[in-house]
Amino acid sequence: MFAVLLLFGAASLLAPLLVRRFGPWAFPILAFVPLAALVHAIVVAPAVLGGRPIVESFAWIPAFGIVPTLRMDALAWLLVIIATGVGALVLAYCMRYFPRGEPGLGRFAAALTAFAGSMVGLVLADDVFTLVTFWEATSVFSYLLIAHRRDLRSSRGAALQALLVTTLGGLVMLVGLVVLTVETGTSRVSGIVEAIVAVPDGPLAITATALIVVGIVSKSALWPLHFWLPRAMAAPTPVSAYLHAAAMVKAGVYLVARLAPGFIEVPGFRESLILLGIVTMLLGGIVAMRQHDLKLLLAYGTVSQLGFLVTVFAIGTREAALAGLALLLAHALGKSALFLVTGVIDHRTGTRDIRRLSQLGRQAPVLAATAIVAAAGMIGLPPALGFVAKEAVFTALLGGTASLGAWTWVALVGTALGSVATVAYTVRFVWGAFATKRGVEAVRDVPEHPDFLLAPVVLALAGVAFGVASPWVDHWFAGYADALPAAAEESYHLALWHGLEPALAVSTVILAAGAAWVAIAIRRESRSADGARAPRPRADAQSAYEAALAGLDRAAAKTTATMQRGSLPFYLAVILTVFVAGVALALAFNRAWPTELRLWDSPWQLVVAAVMIAAGVAAARATKRFQAAVLASVTGYGMVVLFAMQGAPDLALTQALVELAMLFAIVLVLRRLPARLGEANGSRRPVIRAVIGTSFGVVMAVVAIVAAGARTDLPVSVGWPELAVTIGHGANVVNVALVDLRGWDTLGELTVVLAAATGVASLVFVSTRDDTLPRLTRGQAIRETQARMRKAADPTTPDRGSWLLGGRTLAPHNRSILLEVTVRLIFHAVIVVSLFVLLTGHNAPGGGFAGGLVAGMALVARYLAGGRHELGAAAPVAAGALLGTGLLLAAGTAAGSLVFGADALTSTWFTVDLGPIGSFDFVTSAIFDIGVYLIVIGLILDVLRSLGAEVDRHEERRIARREAGAGS
Amino acid sequence: MTVSLVLLVIMAALYAAGLYLMLERSLTRVLIGFLLAANATSLLIVIVAGPAGTAPIADEGASSLEMADPLPQALTLTAIVITFAVSAFLLGLIYRSWRLANRDVVADDRDTIAMREGPAIAATEGPAAGAEDELATEFGPGAEALRDATETEAGR
Repeated sequence: MFAVLLLFGAASLLAPLLVRRFGPWAFPILAFVPLAALVHAIVVAPAVLGGRPIVESFAWIPAFGIVPTLRMDALAWLLVIIATGVGALVLAYCMRYFPRGEPGLGRFAAALTAFAGSMVGLVLADDVFTLVTFWEATSVFSYLLIAHRRDLRSSRGAALQALLVTTLGGLVMLVGLVVLTVETGTSRVSGIVEAIVAVPDGPLAITATALIVVGIVSKSALWPLHFWLPRAMAAPTPVSAYLHAAAMVKAGVYLVARLAPGFIEVPGFRESLILLGIVTMLLGGIVAMRQHDLKLLLAYGTVSQLGFLVTVFAIGTREAALAGLALLLAHALGKSALFLVTGVIDHRTGTRDIRRLSQLGRQAPVLAATAIVAAAGMIGLPPALGFVAKEAVFTALLGGTASLGAWTWVALVGTALGSVATVAYTVRFVWGAFATKRGVEAVRDVPEHPDFLLAPVVLALAGVAFGVASPWVDHWFAGYADALPAAAEESYHLALWHGLEPALAVSTVILAAGAAWVAIAIRRESRSADGARAPRPRADAQSAYEAALAGLDRAAAKTTATMQRGSLPFYLAVILTVFVAGVALALAFNRAWPTELRLWDSPWQLVVAAVMIAAGVAAARATKRFQAAVLASVTGYGMVVLFAMQGAPDLALTQALVELAMLFAIVLVLRRLPARLGEANGSRRPVIRAVIGTSFGVVMAVVAIVAAGARTDLPVSVGWPELAVTIGHGANVVNVALVDLRGWDTLGELTVVLAAATGVASLVFVSTRDDTLPRLTRGQAIRETQARMRKAADPTTPDRGSWLLGGRTLAPHNRSILLEVTVRLIFHAVIVVSLFVLLTGHNAPGGGFAGGLVAGMALVARYLAGGRHELGAAAPVAAGALLGTGLLLAAGTAAGSLVFGADALTSTWFTVDLGPIGSFDFVTSAIFDIGVYLIVIGLILDVLRSLGAEVDRHEERRIARREAGAGS
Repeated sequence: MTVSLVLLVIMAALYAAGLYLMLERSLTRVLIGFLLAANATSLLIVIVAGPAGTAPIADEGASSLEMADPLPQALTLTAIVITFAVSAFLLGLIYRSWRLANRDVVADDRDTIAMREGPAIAATEGPAAGAEDELATEFGPGAEALRDATETEAGR
C-alpha cells in the first residue's frame, strides 16, 4: 500500500512533464495510476472483506512513536474503491474538458493526481499523525485545484476560504486526536477506537471528541461551517465532481464511520452529529430549491446529503452502518455523475443557468438519459443503489435504538423531511437542465466527442448496477457493519425487495411529497416573468467568516502601525526596556543572594577603574570622531591591565593587539569622514537614553553578582590543567581549550570572522570581491629593484633612494623616510615573531590569534608606510584564499580525526627526532592553530585592502574626476 | 564565588555609556557604543570567573586550584576576536553609508512610516462584485467579463 502511495506521488511529479508533452492526452495516462490502485484493491478484496485487514507499517522514528501505519479493512476498502474509481473516471473526463492550450494544466494535473493519492492515504491511514498529514494534504491540494483559474477573483477567494476553514478544523481535530493518543496510550486509530470503550466518560475524552467533531464539521461542510462548499464551485467541474462530491468531503463522513464503533459510548458524540446533520440536511435542501445555477444547486444538494450521511453513521447500529455505507457509495456515484453532466452541459451550451436552458433534452438525449439514471439513484427509485440505501436507512431508524431514545425520532423525522427536499431539488435539476420551457428559446448545443460522456455514463450505470447486485454489496459491507451492535434480533441485509414493510411506505410518501413540492415550484417558476424568486441572501455563517477576516486584518494593521515606528533607536530602546524589566522581575524573585562581596582583587584596580570610567563617560560625550575612538581604545587598554591582574595573560596579549588593530581600522575609515560628530545627528531625549543605559548597567551588575554566587560547586575547569597536559599535550590551558577542548566554539568563531571579512570587502568593493591590489611578480620586482639601484648608484639622478617598493608611488609629501626605513628593517622580524607566538602558544601565552594579529600588524605597518602598492607587494596572496585555506585547515583538523575512527577534533601528537637539534613534539591541534592564524591574517588583510587600498582608490578617482571637471 | 565590586562598577559604567551611545542615530557613535559594550561583556565573563589567580599555565609547581579559571578566559578570547570582526563590518557599513548618502545616520524607514499614515488597509477580498450567486461560468459569454483588472499572471 505504501507502494501505491509512492506511485501516486511519482505520477504527480511527472504530470507537468506529461502535460507539456501530450497536452490534455496526458490525463488518460495519469488515469492509469488510480486504476492501478483500484485493481490492487480488488485483488486484495477477498482477504480484506473476509475479516483479515492488511496492515503495513514503517518504523520511521520509533523512539518518538512515529510509526506511519496503513491499514485496509472493509471500510477503508470501500473508500479506496470510490476514491480511485471516481478518480480514474474524472481524470479521463478531464481530457475532453480542457482545451488544448489551457494554461496551468500541468499544475492542475499534478495537483489532481496528488490529491487522489492523499485521499487514498487518508482512508488507509491507521496512525493518527499519518491521518492528519493526509487530511491536511487533501486541503492543500484542494486549494490548488480550486484556484486553477488564478486570474479570477472568485476562484482565489473561494480557494482561500476553503483552505482556511478546513485547515483550521483540521488543526482543532489534531489537538483532539493528540489528547486521545495520550489518554489511551496508542497512536493507532484502531487502537484508540478499541481503548476508548474503557474510558468514555472522562472529561478529556469528551473534550477531545468535541474537538474531533469540529474537524469533521469543517471538512464535511456541515452547518455552521458549510459555507465554503458552495463557494468552492468556482473550481472547474471535474474538481467539483471529484473533491466536493466523491472524495474530500467524504473524509469527515469516513472519520465518523471509523470512530463510530468505539465512540458511540462517548456522551455527546452521536447527539451532536445527528443534530448538526439534520440541520445541514434541511438547510441544504431548502436553499438548493432556490438556485438557478446548476452547479450551485448540486453544491447545496451535496451539503444536504453530507448531513444525511453523518446522521446515519452517527446512529451507531449495525443496520445504520450498512445503510450508511450503501448511501455513501450511492451518493458518490450519483452526485459525481450529475456534476460531470453539468460540466458537459456547460461545455456544450456555454451556460449553466436554468432560466436559459431549454430543449436540451431533445437535442442531447444520451446526456439527458444519463442524468435521469443518476438522479434516480439520488432520489431513491428502484432498482438503483440509492433506493436500497434509503430503505435500509428508514428500517434502521424505525427499528430504533434503545440508547438513543428520542433522538431516533428526531433523526427519522429530519431525514424524512430532508429526503423530500432531496427528491424535489434533484427533479428540479433534471427539469432545469433538460426540459423544454415555455417562453425560453432553445439553447444552442454544440455536439462533443462521444467519449466525453464516458465518465458520467459509467458512474450512472454503476449506481444502478450496484443496486441490482445488492446482496454482494451487503456481503462487502458486513466486514465493517458487524463491529457495531445490532438493534434488531434478526440480522438485516441489503436487498432490493424486503417485502411490504414500514420503510417502503415511508419511501413512497417521501417520493410523493417531493414530487408534489417540485411540481408546485416548477409551475410557479414557469409562470413568473424572470423565473423563481431571487435566492435568499447568503447564510450568516459566510458573512461571519468575512467579518472575522476583515476584523483580523484591521487589528493587525493597527497593531503594526503602533509598534512599528520605522526608527531603529526606538526598537532598540523597546528591546532594552523589556530586557531590563524582565530580568529585574526575575531578580526580584531571587532568593539566593551571595553573602559576601569583595571590594577589589588588588588596589591597583581602583586606579584602572577611575581611568576606564572617565574614558567611557568622555567617549559618550565626545564631539569629535577620532576623540571618541581614542577614548574607547583607552577603555580597551584598561581591560588589558585588568586581564593581566586577573591572571589571564593570553587575554591581555590578545586584547592589546586587537585594540591596536581596531584603532588602525577606525583611522582608516575616519580619514574620509568629517572630524566633528555633528549635533544634527544626535538623538533627542538624552535623558531617556541615559536612564535606559544606566538601568541596564545596574541590572547586569546584579546579574553578575547572582550568577557568580550560584557557582558554589567546584568548576569543571579544575580538571583542565591535567587534561591539557595528558590529552592536549600542551601547558597553556587556555590555548588547549581553544583548539582542542572547546574546538567547536573556535570553529564557529572562525566562520563568523570569515563572514565579517567578506562583508567588509563586499561593502567597500561594490562590484567585485576580487583582489585589485597591484601585483608585482618576482621577476618584475627584481628587475625594477635592480634598475632603481642602478639609478641610485648614479650620482646624477634627481630623486635617489626609496627604501620601499611602493614608496615611489606615493606623493612626496606623503612619504616619511624614517617610517619606510624602520618598516623595511623590522618587517621580516615581526613575521618571525608572529610565527614564534603561534607555535609557542601551546605551552606559553600566545597562540593562533595573537600570532595572526602580530603578523597583521606587520602588514598594517607596510601599508601605512608605502600605500597600497606596498601592501600588494607585502601580501601577494588574495585575502579570500587565506581565509579559505585557514578555514579548510581548521575544519579539516576537526574532521580528520573522524577518518581515523575517533571523535571529531581529537588531537594526538608525534615526537619527531631531529638528531643533534633535539626532539620536537608535533601536536595535530597545531594545524588547527595554523588555520586560526591564517584566518586572522586574512581578516586584517581584507580590512586593509578594502578600508585601506580601495578607499584610497575611491579618493583618487574622486580627485581625478574633480580635476577633470575643473579643467574642462 | 564572590565578585569584586570595583570590576562590577566598571562594567556597569561601561554598559551605561555603551548603550547610551548605541541608542544614537549616528553610526559612528553606535560603533563606539558597541566597542564599549563589548568590552563590558568581556569584563562580565571575567567577573563571573571568580577571584584572580595565577596564570593558567600547567607548569610543574602550579596547583590547579590557585589558577584563574581557564574556561571563561577561552570564551572571552572568542568574544574579543568576534568583537573585532563585527566592528570591522560596522566600519564598512559606515563607509558605505557615507559614500552613498554623505552622512552616517540610521534613518527612519520611509515605507513603514508611509504605512502608518497611509490609507487604511483594505479588508480581504470579498466576493467578486456582482457575482453573488452567479458563479463564473467557464465557457459561456460571461467568462471574459469576470476577469480581474489586476491580473498579474505572466505569460498568459
